[in-house]
Amino acid sequence: MASVEKIVDPDKARRKIKADRRMREIMANYYMEAKTPKAQRGKKIAWITSGGPVEPLHAMDVIPIYPENYGAMIGASKMGVPLCEKSEEMGYARDLCSYARADIACATVAGGPIGGLPEPDMLVCCNNICGTVLKWYEVQARYYNVPLFILDTPITHTTFNDDMRRYVTRQSEEYIAFLEMACGRRFDYDRMKTVGDLSIRGQQLWQEILDTTMHKPAPMTCFDAFFHLAMIVTLRGTQTAVDYYEMLLAEMKERVAQGIGMLPVEKYRLVWDNLPIWYRLRWLSEKFMERSACLVADTYTSGWTSWMPYVDQTDFLGFMGESYARIFLNSGTDLMAENIVRMVKKYDAHGVVFHSNRSCKPYSFGQYDIQRIVQKKLGIPTLMIEADMVDERSFSESQVETRIDAFIEMLG
Amino acid sequence: MITAGVDVGSISAKAAIVQDGELLTTCVILTGYNSRDAGRQVYDQALAQLTMQAGRIDKIVATGYGRNSIDFADKAVTEITCHAAGAHYLDPQIRSIIDIGGQDSKAIVLDDTGRVKDFTMNDKCAAGTGRFLEVMARALQVDLDAFGTLSLAADKAAPISSLCTVFAESEVISLIAKGASRVNIIAGIHASIGARVVSMAKRIGVRPPVMMTGGVAKNIGVVRALEAKLATTLRVSEYAQLTGAIGAALLAAR
Ligand code: SF4
Repeated sequence: MASVEKIVDPDKARRKIKADRRMREIMANYYMEAKTPKAQRGKKIAWITSGGPVEPLHAMDVIPIYPENYGAMIGASKMGVPLCEKSEEMGYARDLCSYARADIACATVAGGPIGGLPEPDMLVCCNNICGTVLKWYEVQARYYNVPLFILDTPITHTTFNDDMRRYVTRQSEEYIAFLEMACGRRFDYDRMKTVGDLSIRGQQLWQEILDTTMHKPAPMTCFDAFFHLAMIVTLRGTQTAVDYYEMLLAEMKERVAQGIGMLPVEKYRLVWDNLPIWYRLRWLSEKFMERSACLVADTYTSGWTSWMPYVDQTDFLGFMGESYARIFLNSGTDLMAENIVRMVKKYDAHGVVFHSNRSCKPYSFGQYDIQRIVQKKLGIPTLMIEADMVDERSFSESQVETRIDAFIEMLG
Repeated sequence: MITAGVDVGSISAKAAIVQDGELLTTCVILTGYNSRDAGRQVYDQALAQLTMQAGRIDKIVATGYGRNSIDFADKAVTEITCHAAGAHYLDPQIRSIIDIGGQDSKAIVLDDTGRVKDFTMNDKCAAGTGRFLEVMARALQVDLDAFGTLSLAADKAAPISSLCTVFAESEVISLIAKGASRVNIIAGIHASIGARVVSMAKRIGVRPPVMMTGGVAKNIGVVRALEAKLATTLRVSEYAQLTGAIGAALLAAR
């Protein structure tokens, strides 16, 4: 039977992204430093939400640790289900985000990838991504008995006004005061300037990397972006991230110049919406590849550059509150739909794949409306896959496969 | 050109053989435990009905949940695309399909050539599927085949509001306890399937003429409930259950 003809790819080795190795090294070093016993390490550790302003932490030499990045590791290493079950035994509802469930459970067991996260000295929580993180971080602040700073960002449905601006700017000042207290020394404004510049540079580079997929064939797919994203999340604001992304960008440009695509055959170009399904990355990427469908862009990895228009290089701190409040995920359905429409045009895509993610409510809530808007504005086919980013119990292989197949047949 | 379509679903396996756009024969058997064997068997039976040798068949397309296990097929195509092709063949005017099978329900919108424009599926939950009806038939101790005709005698459908099969079943039991008539309860069950499936279908812009396919199309009560919710009549072909297999046979010729 040959529903999908197996593509023999003599160029497989050539298609592999060489920078991958360096990326793994950097991430290993990052976690190694963080996991060094406190006495030797010297530096303090802050756990921070993925959309939180990390730059002031770097300016104060605090190591930022991302439970959400760890959640992705848990998902990718297929450890999600036992940890989610454990949290449910502890009394947490199955409807709670699986990053939160996995992280809360993981803290209580000696296990998980890399043997668990290093304990925090402080917690920094910004609710620009969701409301879940508030309670999640409160739970962890109690568990570890460490101070918690909350940066409350109003939702930016369509516009941002002066009251909102004042509100978040004031909190940025409080954040600095919190750090001075937690670290026991004055804030380093000079260092902050450098970190701010590096953060902006890192984001520019990341966007440039993502934009190389405008080229046909695309030198990478969103599955590669999901991997290389870890750097902009965890090491945003460092020279390491800038250096790495320069290297990766050079490689992508080289691939473009040589016409090396990530897929042996690129017949369809698609945009992905929502978080990856971490435990099925390989399966999904192969499914789409076998069908010559290239996921050229996604709303998730570009989310880390979605606030760039609001950053001011000359006054990073002054605009930090506003720019972090205006990230993609903190906006309304209209803006989210507009963003996807823009991406489809920019990357010349034939369709959109929506992952309706049981865990992530702010991301998934408006998707049916967004789907309708996209179809109306662009008249292109879209696909809705129901799953969860970490909790495999919400994934059904044959059902997802049927949907993907039917979608590709529709693109036909 | 003679082509065959084999549709292996969760409950039944179907086969259709087509020659140059003309339907030669069809066959339905229960899938049972082994979907691969069921596919083989239903195909062999269809051939036997025509006293035809397998060698006469030029191309075979497999569809349905068991499509990838049919190793003698030339190609696998999803039931969504096959239903659209089959419905278009049975009635070229059709623009939407509501398909309720044993374990899932789906809505498909098609263009004037029988190609899929959009689709949506419920396959995560038993509510709104044939399985839901089975559970209810058991709770009411009524033969499922009698459900459709019985419900036509209802004077007022009993309200069943739960979307979940387990909750709906306990609602049915409390309705029985309260003395609601069996026919009214059955009508209520059909109305609840109708409401659920139609809201799903409306999401993709279902538009008439609508054809109903799948095994549940045999239940006149569900058909009426869907019609009431959609405010349009449904076209139900005598081949409702075979639409996917016929579509697969037609696609094999392309
Ligand atoms: S709910 Fe969504 S945004 Fe919030 S932590 Fe979970 S995945 Fe992240």
